[in-house]
This record gives sequence, structure tokens and C-alpha cells, in this order.
Amino acid sequence: MTTTRTEPRPPRKAARRERHRPSRPASRRRNWAGGLAGWLWLLVVAVPLYWSLITSFKAQNRYYASNPLVPSGDPTLENYRLVVESDFLRYFVNSVVVTAGAVIPAVAFSFMAAYAIVRGRHMRVLRAMNGLFLMGLAIPLQATVIPVYLIIIKLRLYDSLLALILPSIAFAVPLSVLVLTNFIRDVPKELFDSMRIDGATEWTTLWRLAAPLTRPAVLTVTIFNALTIWNGFLLPLILTQSPDRRTLPLALWTFQGQYGVNVPAVLAAVVLTTLPLLVLYAFGRRQLLSGLTAGFSR
Amino acid sequence: MRSPAGRPPRRAPRSILPWLAVPALVVFVGFAVIPLVGVFALSFTTWDGIGAIHLSGTASWRAVLTDPGLPHALRVTFLVMAVSWAVQTPLSILLGTFMAGRQRYRAVLGVVYFIPLMLSSAAIALAYKALLDPNFGLGAGLRIEVLSQDWLGRPGLAFGLVVFVVSWQFIPFHSLIYQGGVQQIPKSLYEAAQLDGAGRIRQFFGITLPQLKYTVITSSTLMVVGSLTFFDLIFILTEGGPGDATRVLALDMYKRGFRASLMGPASAIAVILVLVGLALALLLRRLGGRDAGASQLEGA
Repeated sequence: MTTTRTEPRPPRKAARRERHRPSRPASRRRNWAGGLAGWLWLLVVAVPLYWSLITSFKAQNRYYASNPLVPSGDPTLENYRLVVESDFLRYFVNSVVVTAGAVIPAVAFSFMAAYAIVRGRHMRVLRAMNGLFLMGLAIPLQATVIPVYLIIIKLRLYDSLLALILPSIAFAVPLSVLVLTNFIRDVPKELFDSMRIDGATEWTTLWRLAAPLTRPAVLTVTIFNALTIWNGFLLPLILTQSPDRRTLPLALWTFQGQYGVNVPAVLAAVVLTTLPLLVLYAFGRRQLLSGLTAGFSR
Repeated sequence: MRSPAGRPPRRAPRSILPWLAVPALVVFVGFAVIPLVGVFALSFTTWDGIGAIHLSGTASWRAVLTDPGLPHALRVTFLVMAVSWAVQTPLSILLGTFMAGRQRYRAVLGVVYFIPLMLSSAAIALAYKALLDPNFGLGAGLRIEVLSQDWLGRPGLAFGLVVFVVSWQFIPFHSLIYQGGVQQIPKSLYEAAQLDGAGRIRQFFGITLPQLKYTVITSSTLMVVGSLTFFDLIFILTEGGPGDATRVLALDMYKRGFRASLMGPASAIAVILVLVGLALALLLRRLGGRDAGASQLEGA
């Protein structure tokens, strides 16, 4: 995304002969339609977020009376106190444990598999495995939750955090392998060859060469899986039962059941569960967005 | 495997490569492939979710296939899929193309655009439920008639609401994919078009759109297969209601299985979900005419 042009400009004379305008590239001209649509979309995205945020600071009696788009004159933290006191911290810790516990193995396993698939292209076993993972992309994995529920019960893991971690890893594998193979494939073959001539094992090559060279892809896959698992709702809903095993999205839903009439409190809970991700977003935005564009558009 | 230069070729060189794929394979098989086979097997049983599992032949299938609820759920599922695809695709392409430009204010807009990517469906559904409350929501507060309708109480409105919220949540993601796609289009194409005097609109339809063909396939596959799994959003937003107006297949499966304790019929629904997903993915891949695993960099 640089603005320097590497190719020579079109000869000006020729361009002018064809049209009467000076030949400015279209991308330098103002794009009014695009700009307008862009700002409109900003409103569509921002208004619900803004409304949720300011409402979460309103006292319940004020909420009914005040203009919904004007922040409260005397903001209150009462809603947030109510949420934090209903065991928010425990749900937060549960979410962290499940997310970290699933993402780290998911990415490590997927990376090893992707490396094997790229390096062992000629092996029938690995081609079959790749086919299996690719097929996983097309299967709505939610359709498998009933047997997953049965397996978790049989493993005596029902209502534990491990019950959430294991299927989460499996659900993360197909897309992670796909994105990572795409990137490992771009590592020049000569580098692998010279590592091998130096006597490095596949294991060393994997961690010393392939992993550092594809770090942006690894980071992207990590963030993407973390988001998906952090926000997961169905698995906690069917695989846990006790209140102290709840993760944040599930806690949010049950909280709404209890405090449904207290809308500002529900919105405070929404804001609180969202906050950790927004903080991460503020720091990792560039990496996340560029990684996702590169990862999915090829 | 080719042997390193200089050494005599061995017939079966030992390689640890397949072993590297084993951990991913084990978890994937254990919690995705076996369940996939298992759901098929369970659709021929009777199980209440707690007690013993009994073989019951085709009873579950007969129950599901003769239930008028199934065609309805299928219709709602396809309708949500089609309408949300038709809403999201053009908007995502336009936004993605717009974001691929380089004015500075786009970077500012971009900070906000992609916030929905971070939010859980649960948070989004709860916020919208409150926002569109006919009595106390945004529309009522601002006295805007259009907004203060009973969104969750009327079938058509509830359906529209689901499509809107789905689009709100996923357009950012898909516009990001299109943004990446647009950025990979060789600049020389645009320069050639400018030489020929093509304006912005001609360039969009003549270059950008055709060049995005594979991106459209990728994005549509994710959208279409993904829409089969809209569960949490609809579950929290409408619970499938009012009546059964937004009861999609995934929700139907959950309700039969985990609410009504009919795991057999619920498994049959899940099998249908898998078949629909596979059929759609194959169809889209056929349309794309390209191996999903192949690198798109080839030939670029």
C-alpha cells in the first residue's frame, strides 16, 4: 500500500487526445458516492454501539424518560456494580481458561499438520488427511453437537471446562490448517532444502524455519480462533450446567434472564463482556485486519 | 520422498512427516469425524439425552419427514441464507472496494467498521433486543414510528430483523475479505483502463468485479455454509419465534434434542443439516471451478 508509483505514467499527450480531461488516475479523484456510502455505513455500525454504551451508564428510571441518544447528565456505575457482583470475574476467568486452553493446542497442532501437508505433498496419507480437513470446512460442525454431547458424557467430562476445550480444538482445526498450508506453501523450497543439507530434522525445520517465516499467519489464526472460542455460545450451553462453569456469552444470556427488565444493567453486562476484546482490538487491529484479509482472500 | 543428493535412493525412507499431523488428526477425528458418523447412527435410535440409547430403526426419520415442521424449517433456513447473502454480498463488495482505496479518512472509518467482528452473537442479540424494544427502545425514545414496531412479535418483521442483525454482524468480515481481494488485483490493469479512458464505474464493472470472482466464491461459501450454523443469534433474538417464523434447522435441532429430549429426531435433522451443507459447498466449488486448496497466487 505505498503511494509511490513504480511504473511510468501514461504519456500525457496521448491521454489528452482521447478525452478532454487531464488524465488523473481514477483513484486520485474524489469518490463521492463511495464516501457517502462509507459514512452511512459508519452510522449503521456506530449508533447501536454508542446507544448501548451510553445507556449502560443510565439509572433505570432515567432510561425510560431521557432522550436515548443523549448521554445521561449524571452517569451511574450502579449497573456495572450489579454485573460485577453477579460473579462476572469467575465467568471471565472461565472464558480465559477455555480460550487459552483450546487456542494454544489448536494452533500448534494445526501448524504441525499444515507443515506436514505442505512438505509431504507426495505422500498419499497426508493428501488424504488434507482432504479430510478440507471437508471439515464444509460441514456445519454444529450438526455434530448431539454426538459430541454423548461423547463428553461418556468421557465423564460433562459440566467441566475441559468439555468445552476439546471440541473447540476440533472445530478450529479445518480453517487453521487451510490458512496455514496456504502460507507455508509460499516459503521458498530452497530454504527447506538448505536446512536439510545442513542436517536439520523436520522437527527443527518446522520450528526454526517455517514457524518464524509464517509468524503473521500464525498470529492471525491465533487471533481468529481466540475470537471464535471466546464468543462461543452453543458448546457452553449444552456441555455445562453449573453456574460456576459458565463462560461470558452464556453468563450474559442467563443474566438477561434474571435482569431482563433492567435494560441498562443488561447493556452494562454486554459492554463488560465486550471490553476485553475491544482492548485487544485497539492494540492488535492492524495485525488482525491485515492477517484476515490475506488469510481469506487467497 | 526423494533422497538427498549423493546418497543411493532408499525405497522407504522413514519420515516423521505423517506423525506431525497426528495430534490435529486425533482431535479432529475424535470430536468432528466420529460425531459426524455418530449423528447418522443416532438418527436410528431413541434417546432422551440422559437414559439408555435404544435402536429404533427408521422411527425417528419417519417422525421427522412426516412432520410439517421440517419443510417449514428448511424453507426458513434457505430464505435466511438467500436473503442475507443477497443483502451482504453487494454491500460487502462495495465496502471492500472502498476500503481498499487509500484516503486517510478511510483508515479512521475502518477503526469503527470492524468492531462487530469482535462482538459475540450473544452480546449483539441482547443489545439489539433492547435497542428495538417497541416501548423503551431507540425508536420509542426518538418517537420514530418505523423503528418502534413490535419487531419480535410479528413474523415478517422478526425475519427482517434476523437478516439485518446477521448482516450487521458479518458484513465487516466479508468486506475485509473483499478488501484483500481488491488489493491483490494487479495495478497495471487499472492503468491500462485509464489509458483507454474508462471511468471509475466502468473500471469497477470491467476489472474489479471480474477479478473478484474467486473472492466471491470464497466469501459466498463461508456465508452460505455459515448461515446453516446461525444458532446463537437467532436463539437469543427470537427463540425461533414468533410462532415458528425464524425457526431455522439448527434451532429446530436444538429444540427437539435438548428441549424436547428427542435426540433421535434431532439427529435426523442434524444429518439433513450436514447434507445441505455438503451439497451447497460442492455446488459453490463447482461454480468456482477451482480446487479449494490451491493457492490463488498461481498465475497472478
